[in-house]
Amino acid sequence: MTAIYKHPEFRIGARDMMALAPGMAAWGLMTGVAMIKSGMSVVEVLLMGLLVFAGSSQLAALPLIVAGAPMWVVLATTLCVNLRFMVFSVHLRAYVMHQGFWRRLASGYFTTDLTYVQFTKRFPHPANDAIGKRAEEAYLAGNSALGWLNWMTAGLLGIALANAIPVSWGLGFAGILALMGIMSSLATTRLRALAAVVAGSVAVVTYALPLKLNIMVAIVLAVAVCLLLEKPMLAAHAVKAKNPTQEP
Amino acid sequence: MNKTDLWTVVTIVGMAILTVITRCFFFLSSNPWAMPAWLQRGLHYAPIAAMAAVIVPEMVTTQGHLISTWQDARLFAVAAGLACFYWKRSMFGTIIVGMSVYLPLHVGLGW
Repeated sequence: MTAIYKHPEFRIGARDMMALAPGMAAWGLMTGVAMIKSGMSVVEVLLMGLLVFAGSSQLAALPLIVAGAPMWVVLATTLCVNLRFMVFSVHLRAYVMHQGFWRRLASGYFTTDLTYVQFTKRFPHPANDAIGKRAEEAYLAGNSALGWLNWMTAGLLGIALANAIPVSWGLGFAGILALMGIMSSLATTRLRALAAVVAGSVAVVTYALPLKLNIMVAIVLAVAVCLLLEKPMLAAHAVKAKNPTQEP
Repeated sequence: MNKTDLWTVVTIVGMAILTVITRCFFFLSSNPWAMPAWLQRGLHYAPIAAMAAVIVPEMVTTQGHLISTWQDARLFAVAAGLACFYWKRSMFGTIIVGMSVYLPLHVGLGW
C-alpha cells in the first residue's frame, strides 16, 4: 500500500481546504492574539493553541480562565460549545469504523467543522469497498493536514505579533466569511437552504442561552423541521422505498 | 497573571481531552449499532444547520443583542460575500471580497 499522501484524494482534500485558508488563517491569527491579550502566560497560550485545536471553545474559555472560574465551569463550557461535534461523530461513524481505535481518535480529533463539512460533501455516502475507504481516508488526511498547518501557523504568528495587531480591526470576521462560503456551497436543495434559515434564526433568538447552547438547539430544531417537511415528499415516493422508514 | 499556573495547565489539558471525546463520541466504542433511517436522513441537514447556527449570530448581534442599525460593516460584507459566491462560486473570492468591503467600513468609518 502506498503512502496516504501520495493518493490523489489527499491533494484534492488539501486543495478544497486551500480555498478557505485565508479566512481560517485570519481567524487563527486573531485567536492567537486574543489568547495573549487575555493575560494568560505564554506557556499556557502555547499549550492551549497547540493542544485544544478548537477555536470557538478556546475563545469561550478565555474569559472564564482569566476570571479564575472553577475548572468544571471551564470544562462544562468547552463541552457545550463542542456539542455539535457529537452530532458530526454520529455522521462520521460509518466512515471511520473500519479503522483501529487510535486511528479513529486521530481521525476525529483532526476533523474540525470545515473538514467535516467538506468531507461529507465530497463523500455523501460511506464507501463499501477498500478502494473507496482508502480514498475517503486520503481526502480526510489531506484536508485536515492543510487545515491544521494553516491554523497553527496563523495562531503562532498571532501569538508572536499580538501587540502589533489591534483587535479592533476585526480581522477575525474573515473566519465567519469562510464558514459562510462553505455554507452557501451546501445549500444545494430547498430543504437545505431552509435548514440554514431555521438554524440561523433559532441561534439568534436563543442567543441568551448559557454556554452557547443556542448552537445545539438550532441544529436540532433545523434538522427536525426538515425531516417533518421531507415526509410528504417521501410519501409520494413510498412505493420505491425498500424499507418502511421509522419516524421519531 | 503572566505566571504559568499549574491548575490552568490542567484545565487546558482537560479541554484538549474534551475536544477528542466530543469529536469521536459516537465512534469511541466499536459495538455494532444500526442508525435509524430517520436519523440517517436528518444528518444530511446537520452540516449546513451547524454552519448557520455558528455564523448568523456573529453577523447580526452585538453583545448578545440583535443590532438595530444598518450602519454595521458586517451586513455589507455578508451581502458582498454572498453576491460574490453566487456569481463566481468561489470561496476564496467570497472571503477576499467580503473583507475588502468589511475593513474600510469597519476600520475607516467605525461601522
